[in-house]
Amino acid sequence: MRITQGTFSYLPDLTDAEITAQLQYAIDQGWAIAVEFTDDPHPRNSLWEMWGLPMFDIADAAAGLAEIRACRDANPRHYVLASAYDASYGRQTTALSFIVHRPPEEPGFRLGRQEGGDRRIRYTLHPYAAGQPHGRRYTEASG
Amino acid sequence: MTEQATPPGFAMPVPGTAAPAQTRRVHASEDPADQGQREEEPLADGALVDIGAWQQQLAISGVLDRLDTELVGLAPVKTRVSEIAALLMIDRLRGRYGLTSSRPTLHMCFTGSPGTGKTTVAIRMAEMLKGLGYLRRGHLVTATRDDLVGEYVGHTAPKTKGVLKRAMGGVLFIDEAYYLYRTDNERDYGQEAIEILLQVMEADRDDLVVILAGYRDRMDSFFASNPGMASRIAHHIDFPDFTADELARIAELMVAQQSHRFSPAAHQAFREYIELRMGQPRFANARSVRNAIDRMRLRQANRLVASGAMVGKDDLVRLEADDIRLSRVFGQDAAGTGPLR
Repeated sequence: MRITQGTFSYLPDLTDAEITAQLQYAIDQGWAIAVEFTDDPHPRNSLWEMWGLPMFDIADAAAGLAEIRACRDANPRHYVLASAYDASYGRQTTALSFIVHRPPEEPGFRLGRQEGGDRRIRYTLHPYAAGQPHGRRYTEASG
Repeated sequence: MTEQATPPGFAMPVPGTAAPAQTRRVHASEDPADQGQREEEPLADGALVDIGAWQQQLAISGVLDRLDTELVGLAPVKTRVSEIAALLMIDRLRGRYGLTSSRPTLHMCFTGSPGTGKTTVAIRMAEMLKGLGYLRRGHLVTATRDDLVGEYVGHTAPKTKGVLKRAMGGVLFIDEAYYLYRTDNERDYGQEAIEILLQVMEADRDDLVVILAGYRDRMDSFFASNPGMASRIAHHIDFPDFTADELARIAELMVAQQSHRFSPAAHQAFREYIELRMGQPRFANARSVRNAIDRMRLRQANRLVASGAMVGKDDLVRLEADDIRLSRVFGQDAAGTGPLR
């Protein structure tokens, strides 16, 4: 099941040229680019791991794309996203965030149902990949 | 980060003002450069192109004219810069006919005495390369050894890569590049910075242009001990020292920029000052001229305050011969051991 999270996620995967164009737009707006990655695809997992520090002082998107490529190479079976951080409001504000890399196979989610009082049902999402310990998700065996 | 507008003409970059050296980022002027990014329609084999109009379209003549009018002297530098401009212009034209040509390597080395306009030319070069579509952004990032070389193991690589990342799409100007390599210490981290630099200069040629700058002789020995670096630099441009005439014209330009004017007597006095100063140690060409003018303004202000008389606009603008002749260069201590006052 294809994860849709952040901007452009209902579009086909962006090519590197398209990613560069988006990054350049963000830089031109004065936003700082950051690269993040995770292997926990739960939609409420909004705290991904940071790939290095946000790039506050780059002028050209080529530098951002180089970091994205480095992150992909190091984590080929993780989700990687690029985010743009707008500091002009004086508080933490993500102006743009989009997935730039995903694992080759995405097993999707199991829907859990919990029977409550008065025949109420509580639903919960459980990513199949999260059944494996951190670092072993999306490997050949589990995927 | 301090963004600094492109200084016109001989505004020498003043160390210690604005931001720390490495964050001094100069953006090329917006309008002409964007024209360079435009896609041109392909041409048929038989088609003819007007070179003059093509040059206009790329807005190159503007940058070259400014280089010519704002920079006094430096004939060999101007020749080489216009040669590079012509090559890139023709390459783009060839591209429109469907002729392939490899992207030229434009890493450069500027050698010359202090104050001969190396940084200023580098700023103009960045503008020009953006206009020609060779660089996407056309900004200038200035770095010295401190910005590239770390203090402990594992510190150098991220530091150097950070600076390179910032310079992507523009020009990385490494001042006094020979300090990167310390012959006396084999375990110096400078070697690591040089290796990363070499790798990026080769692999990311499309993304940035590296300009090394420094004194001629020390640059030569730096290249002798780093042959890899020498072979990756296509253009070695030597900045000649200014003659007394050229320095006097530079002074005129600088004085005019600061809304001042020499009186005829001051004009003569400055000529004499320059000739004496050139013979003294620690003479730094245009930079010495700028400092001399700063001291002249100091003396002018002092003279006006001490006179206690009525002053008009003209008095505030005019620099008198006395403002120059009070300099230590004319005095007893002409051998020039202490700092100038």
